[in-house]
Amino acid sequence: MGQTVDAGVATAPAPAPPRVTQRSLGRRLMMRPEIGSLVGVILIYIFFFVVASPFRSTASLATILYASSTIGMMAVPVALLMIGGEFDLSAGVAVTTSALVAALFSYNLNLNIWIGVLVALVVAVGIGFINGYLVVRTRIPSFLVTLGTFLMLQGLNLAVTKGVTGAVASQDVSQMTGFSSAATIFASSVPIGPVSVRITVFWWILFIAISTVLLLKTRVGNWVFSVGGDANSARAVGVPVNKTKIGLFMVVGLMAWFVGMHILFSFNTVQSGQGVGNEFLYIIAAVIGGCLLTGGFGSTIGSAMGALIFGMTTEGIIYAGWNPDWFKFFLGIMLLLATVLNAYVRQLASRR
Amino acid sequence: MAVETKPVTAKEPLVEMRDVGKRYGNIRALSGISLRVRAGEITCVLGDNGAGKSTLIKIISGLHQHDEGELLVDGEDVRFTSPRDALNRGIATVYQDLAVVALMPIWRNFFLGSEVRQPISRARLLNTGFMKTTSRSELLKMGIDLPDMDQPIGTLSGGQRQCVAIARAIYLGARVLILDEPTAALGVKQSGVVLKYVAAARDAGLGVILITHNPHHAYMVGDHFVLLSRGEGKLDCKRAEITLDELTRQMAGGDELSALAHELER
Ligand SMILES: Nc1ncnc2c1ncn2[C@@H]1O[C@H](COP(=O)(O)OP(=O)(O)OP(=O)(O)O)[C@@H](O)[C@H]1O
Ligand SMILES: [Mg+2]
Repeated sequence: MGQTVDAGVATAPAPAPPRVTQRSLGRRLMMRPEIGSLVGVILIYIFFFVVASPFRSTASLATILYASSTIGMMAVPVALLMIGGEFDLSAGVAVTTSALVAALFSYNLNLNIWIGVLVALVVAVGIGFINGYLVVRTRIPSFLVTLGTFLMLQGLNLAVTKGVTGAVASQDVSQMTGFSSAATIFASSVPIGPVSVRITVFWWILFIAISTVLLLKTRVGNWVFSVGGDANSARAVGVPVNKTKIGLFMVVGLMAWFVGMHILFSFNTVQSGQGVGNEFLYIIAAVIGGCLLTGGFGSTIGSAMGALIFGMTTEGIIYAGWNPDWFKFFLGIMLLLATVLNAYVRQLASRR
Repeated sequence: MAVETKPVTAKEPLVEMRDVGKRYGNIRALSGISLRVRAGEITCVLGDNGAGKSTLIKIISGLHQHDEGELLVDGEDVRFTSPRDALNRGIATVYQDLAVVALMPIWRNFFLGSEVRQPISRARLLNTGFMKTTSRSELLKMGIDLPDMDQPIGTLSGGQRQCVAIARAIYLGARVLILDEPTAALGVKQSGVVLKYVAAARDAGLGVILITHNPHHAYMVGDHFVLLSRGEGKLDCKRAEITLDELTRQMAGGDELSALAHELER
């Protein structure tokens, strides 16, 4: 081959002048999925900073970050899954399921709460595995498969809780052995100067960092983009498509467990009906953050921007003294704007 | 592996099909197909739309499995269950319909499924620098000069994308290269570039299976010709045994073409 290839080198044009590279730098920035949502975050911050004076204090910032982190932590795996081309509508109730499992199991068998925490971990990751396995096996769209598990879990949460406790919530676990150590990990506050910041904010930042490295700097990350972008092409070059997808569903389960533990250890008891509807907040955060609904494009930093927009809007409306009913209206506008922007980005990307 | 224990003579085929048949439910896509691919030779598979060409190569590349006959790699009877199996035996395929992931950067596509990682000391993270420079220089060898390896591959032309897929297969150390209609969507000049690269792969000692509709392209580079018609082998001959005119005539259905030419005469 040497000869022909060398001939190719000889006839190839000289390397491009720097001008071309520089121009593409601006375009490359435009192509980052989180750019649009970053602009959104800045604008919304300025907006509430101007109209709501309580919004300006550092204590409010801590509150906003906390509100954002509760959605943002789940938005991380949901964004990964969306980049991988799938949805999980059961993500919201799976959080409640894992919290309930930990509480009901350890309380009613009178065990150390950590045993319940571990059982909940197995259950939550197991739910993710079942979701993923059903999706790759049946080839039914994940939207439908997880709609099924969503309904099943919702029913189980209510029925099992009522069956075990006779009430709609789990028993109070705050007096159980192991509670304080678990509460420190999942639901404590960290004082920073005069304000105290909920620990979930730091966990959230850690999860964003890990997932970003995973997506951009590891082999698995490459596979995630490829299975969402074009699963058949990915399979043809040897990417383990099914394992990647099942793994992504399991990561959603893992995070549902983590967030479930946070809820359990900050409220000591779990309402069996909660969590319904949150799956859409996670998906909205991911989409506002630049994830394409069709898969293959997005970032978890973007999902964090989406969650910040969520947190700032919920809290900002309260600080401004407005009727909180407006919140959903705002969120709807954000989602529409983000979708239009994403469609534009996709057009740019597939332009010849 | 069989390759290491048995001395592979120049005559021994890398890949051989014996009386292979394949059905899709009721549709009989292939039957009684025999074919050999040797190192340093190009075997062209020709045939009309729906003749079974893509089906044939999807069996060799592990995407589908045959129902009848034998598939031998280095003389060993095999049955691939996934493209990974075929890749592990050095069989790389550039598909007609599944070449690249459009939204991903060029360099990520180039190394997809065979990513290069850093040593353990650096947590086995991707060696992005190496992959970017390598994909760029490999493409430069094909005369494709792209300054930005980060641009989505969907922004390239069809020919450039084919070239990326071919360059990838060769770079990743394929022994057998399968190309499904690489020139179908290309202009004259880009077809020439692709064919030149196919010839380069042959000269490098790869066994090549080239699928095409175009007898001119086939005759330019081919050593062997296999003609499929409705899933059956209609012709199997060496280059020395056939002329371009005869190949074209056979492809067009032989006498049917003369009849058609007569009909269309003005
Ligand atoms: N996955 C499939 N399921 C069912 N039938 C199929 C499938 N793939 C191909 N076929 C059928 O098998 C026959 C051969 O198809 P194949 O794609 O191999 O033809 P081809 O020679 O590659 O055609 P073309 O030149 O148009 O690419 C056709 O009748 C086709 O409809
Ligand atoms: Mg075909």
